[in-house]
Amino acid sequence: MKEFDIISTRAHRIDTPDKATGQAVFTDDITRPGMLYGALLQSPHAHARILSIDTSKAKALAGVKSVITHEQAGHIKYGVSPARYDETVFAIDKVRYIGDEIAAVAAVTLEIALAAVELIEVEYEILPAVFTLEEALKEGAPQLHETSPGNLCAEVHQEFGDVAAALKECDIIKTSTMKNKRQDGAFIEMQGCIAEFDNRGVLTLVSSTQVPHYVQRTVAMVLGMDVGMVRVKKPYVGAGFGIKAAANPMELACCILARETRKPVKMNFTRKQVFMYARARHQFSHTITTGAKKDGTLMAIKHECWLDGGAYTSFGIATVYYTGSLLGGPYKIANMSYDGYRVYNNKPTCGAQRGHGAVIARALFEQQVDMIAEEIGMDPMELRIKNMMDTGDTTCNDLNMSSFGMSECIEAVRKGSDWDKKKGNMPTGKGIGMACGFFVSGAGYPIYRSDTYHGTVIVKLTEDGGTALVYTASAEIGQGSDTAFAMIAAEALGIPLDHVRLASGDTDMGVDLGAYSSRQTLMTGHATKDAADHAKAQVLEVLAEQLSVPLKELDIKNGFITFAGDTPDFSALRTRYIKEHRGWIDNPDSEHLTFKEASRIAFLEKGSIVGTGKYKPHNLGGKFKGAAVGTSPAYGCSAQVAEVTVDMETGQVTIDSITDAHDCGKAINLTSVEGQMEGSVSMGIGEAMHEEVIFNDKGQVLNADLAEYKIVTSMDMPRIKAIVVESDEPNGPYGAKEVGEGAIMPTIPAILNAVYNAAGVRINELPLTPERVYFAIQDYKDRMAK
Amino acid sequence: MKKIISLTINDQSHEIAVEPNITLADMLRYELALTGTKKGCDTGDCGACTVIMDGDVVNSCLVLAIQANGSVIETIEGLSTDEGLSPLQEAFVEKGAIQCGFCSPGIIMSAKNLLDKNPNPTEDQIREGVSGNLCRCTGYQKIFEAIESQRS
Repeated sequence: MKEFDIISTRAHRIDTPDKATGQAVFTDDITRPGMLYGALLQSPHAHARILSIDTSKAKALAGVKSVITHEQAGHIKYGVSPARYDETVFAIDKVRYIGDEIAAVAAVTLEIALAAVELIEVEYEILPAVFTLEEALKEGAPQLHETSPGNLCAEVHQEFGDVAAALKECDIIKTSTMKNKRQDGAFIEMQGCIAEFDNRGVLTLVSSTQVPHYVQRTVAMVLGMDVGMVRVKKPYVGAGFGIKAAANPMELACCILARETRKPVKMNFTRKQVFMYARARHQFSHTITTGAKKDGTLMAIKHECWLDGGAYTSFGIATVYYTGSLLGGPYKIANMSYDGYRVYNNKPTCGAQRGHGAVIARALFEQQVDMIAEEIGMDPMELRIKNMMDTGDTTCNDLNMSSFGMSECIEAVRKGSDWDKKKGNMPTGKGIGMACGFFVSGAGYPIYRSDTYHGTVIVKLTEDGGTALVYTASAEIGQGSDTAFAMIAAEALGIPLDHVRLASGDTDMGVDLGAYSSRQTLMTGHATKDAADHAKAQVLEVLAEQLSVPLKELDIKNGFITFAGDTPDFSALRTRYIKEHRGWIDNPDSEHLTFKEASRIAFLEKGSIVGTGKYKPHNLGGKFKGAAVGTSPAYGCSAQVAEVTVDMETGQVTIDSITDAHDCGKAINLTSVEGQMEGSVSMGIGEAMHEEVIFNDKGQVLNADLAEYKIVTSMDMPRIKAIVVESDEPNGPYGAKEVGEGAIMPTIPAILNAVYNAAGVRINELPLTPERVYFAIQDYKDRMAK
Repeated sequence: MKKIISLTINDQSHEIAVEPNITLADMLRYELALTGTKKGCDTGDCGACTVIMDGDVVNSCLVLAIQANGSVIETIEGLSTDEGLSPLQEAFVEKGAIQCGFCSPGIIMSAKNLLDKNPNPTEDQIREGVSGNLCRCTGYQKIFEAIESQRS
């Protein structure tokens, strides 16, 4: 493998010194002169017709500057996928969930805005509501959307190979079901935004978003503005996990209030509103049948899933496809069928969350792989390795594994967890289990149909020659992308990381589809390398001419110019540089020509040295309906081993340790890769063990706070052994691919397989509450006694 | 009706007129522009607004500003020195204990208070010391490592 100077190190992140001191600026830290405060009126009813809205009392309240409803906001539909736009900024004729937005107020203080919201009078005709799949699908059930009869938001039917024929050839067939619960993103920074128009009509929206680009386009469309007149800026963002990956109604309302008042307007969600807006992981109900031969060869998967979608589509159309498409690997399985259904109901809308669509399907399927291994008396790791795809293989649904360190990951966790010694030798109540998974390194296609570049980057060298400035519209939301791109730029230019500055998250800096589908390292990374290579080439071209040295003999390394042949006499260049810098303290005295000197000379010859870079994937995927979803230029993959203790008397499950290996291609920053692995595991543990958004029979969230919605705390988190497995991904910059989401894939099934190993029970519903596990153990004991 | 309170924040004495219903968190953030203290819930669940008040950690969203009258408050802005980051802050950078960074000021304040009181905490004591601070990004592992590196 190539030798690198910057990448694949543990360089300190460029953003964390400011985050450690409180200097890093997040949206709510910003105050603008004359700023107003906005508040939303949201529906208290899960399903109701709006008969009238009277805003006169609210408008009359002293300090209120604007009250807007659908009359001001307009009726333009928006959403995530253009073919599935089904939302308007404010409800027009009816509301579909508790929290549906009806109006908004801007006032001189937040207190006045909230008081004015209370004064808006809405007359409702309450409609019968549906809250579950069963209720929504019942004949004669109340309908949410006229365009979707039967409350069916989307359905997908796919078959690859011949599942029925393959199942006939199987010796072992396992069918089981699995259900999770709605998750919440539970990022610590609640959504917030500030919108402001300047006097030339340019709108700037500062927002806590993962996707400035998509927000820019949505705002422009809904407000009827040119994209070029809308600037979306993302300051530091307190994470998103998928929930902040689309424009939200508060952002749109805030822009409209700013337009109406000609003042900057700030709006924030409360924590309760974060839960009401939702857009996090769906509740999935899977039934999977997996067939295998008695030698352990996996033959076929028959998969059906029902998604509890909530009131609108949001990411749902992508989710229902991802749920099917990402089950194709990581094993060689020639036959797979999928029937997926997403159903509307009068609860908040579900969307995308880490491991989009694929986490629960994986949780069920990886248990069936274990069940098959047990029945034929094969070690679960052996069975997986036997069926594992190889580098270069393509799944039955046309996903190509251009690099694939999956078997290496299994070996790594086998050793790392001491599997061979522990498996089969643990006392009752102690268990060990494993699972595998894979995930995309960026979606193969943008959300809207387009030939757009997925990322553009500019690298500009400062006129003194000392520093490279990287401009990207990508979204640092905590994952470490700013640092990854600074490292890639430094590596490509051949200069130290300290000499790279980076600015990101601003639509004025270019096009970047943002932080979702684990896309940035590969895609924006490519564009960054491309831009840095371009800037470097311009410097070297000038140098070649000035020194009369063939261009191909020149390079830059560690901030110095290297010559493949003899070092030419560069004293004239140096003299010129020193004359330029007369009186400066850092004149070069090295016997080597520095990058600084070279790039200053290049500036003097050519003006600003600006490198531009761009990236879009090659054409990916098959020709069938929905073939685009699941495609990616590369796939990360991982294996995990969980060790658990199950209290056989109370059903309490404790996770003792997790050993996690992930193939991220070439790791740009090893510490950041481990951080993504550890964070993914903690979110998987939360979903497995205690996360559940709970509703009452009116469709209201009962645990809309971080006390009763239980994410993993420092007391719950087991020690994780994170093992980075590197491969060389041909489609990635310097061989890099994803880690942000793939690492969550094996967590839940590894825990469930460990619980089975400890207690002899298969749990088909999450989370693993003591009650659920207790009853499963009792049932198991009763069956054993018979 | 505003009330004048006096308190010491990061070694600097302040006299400030505050509404009786404003929280310490809001006063720090919106009246004094000490925005390093974050708000993630406003109900005392997440710990992002953790500051040290008279030697103990508090959720500043659960303390009224007038309750802090006469108190000594330490916030994240008071930790770094003229030389730059404090060793604890350096450790969080060095170990990769910060991702989105929204919980970091609160966690660092909890860790500082823990180490001030117990310079040599066990792993369990470290876990307990930051148990009032939620982090959704890191899985806490590197936070533990950062604090462990500061044991005396």
